[in-house]
Amino acid sequence: MITQIPLVYYLALAAALFCVGSFGALARRNAIAVLMGIELMLNAVNINLVAFWRYGAADPVVNQAGIVFALFVITLAAAEAAVGLALIIAIYRSRDTVNIEEIDLLKW
Amino acid sequence: MDATTVIAQAVFIIVATLTLIAAFLTVLVRNVFHAALALVGTFFGVAAIYLMLEAEFLAIVQVLVYIGAIAVLILFAVMLTRGLMQRDTISFNRQWAWAALVISTLFLGLFILILQVPWLQTPGTAIYTDLTPWLGTQLLTTYLLPFEIVSALLLAALVGAFIIARE
Repeated sequence: MITQIPLVYYLALAAALFCVGSFGALARRNAIAVLMGIELMLNAVNINLVAFWRYGAADPVVNQAGIVFALFVITLAAAEAAVGLALIIAIYRSRDTVNIEEIDLLKW
Repeated sequence: MDATTVIAQAVFIIVATLTLIAAFLTVLVRNVFHAALALVGTFFGVAAIYLMLEAEFLAIVQVLVYIGAIAVLILFAVMLTRGLMQRDTISFNRQWAWAALVISTLFLGLFILILQVPWLQTPGTAIYTDLTPWLGTQLLTTYLLPFEIVSALLLAALVGAFIIARE
């Protein structure tokens, strides 16, 4: 089944997913929604890594660098989500908002 | 094109469309709780894409870690900071038009680039061996150092998150 789908399809899907995620990260006001946009971007990058592993590796069973990299990205995404959400909750406790336009303590 | 090609490409296009719809909902829906639920849908779609790429282990890890841990964490954070995104609140900040312009330009550029590069069109033969034992061996031999470093990093991040978020 895999042999019938060109690599371009996966790359186009990953590019679209990355762009949707980065729009969410740039344009949302709620800090949690910004974090969700970043998770979408990480997922798009992972699709690219796995697609290049499957299509590019000489022997996908022996050479697993791409899939291992994707595993590390998933781990880092978990760490990033934990720290990010902890920060958001701490800010919500002290400033009573999760709107990133009102969180400007370090800005001026 | 024979029948299997049509079926394979149709399945891919359906899965990709559903994933993208869920991603758009995640970004555009005003209620953050609904956005988090749409995010779960996106994660499922990406797991299906991994299955199509014959990375079964990664698909299961995606469901376990992203849906089981990250999505639940996000849902908890939404519930702990509730009451701020009501019906009348604006969900986008002031620079959203600029962001949309830049992002659509970026997408167009990426798409043209992807179409122009002569990629390998098809992978080798289908994988018939079980990948997971190979992956475990590789993680504990070739990639042992990054594996240990990432475990220490995850521990540090979780302890740090606990310290930041406690009262």
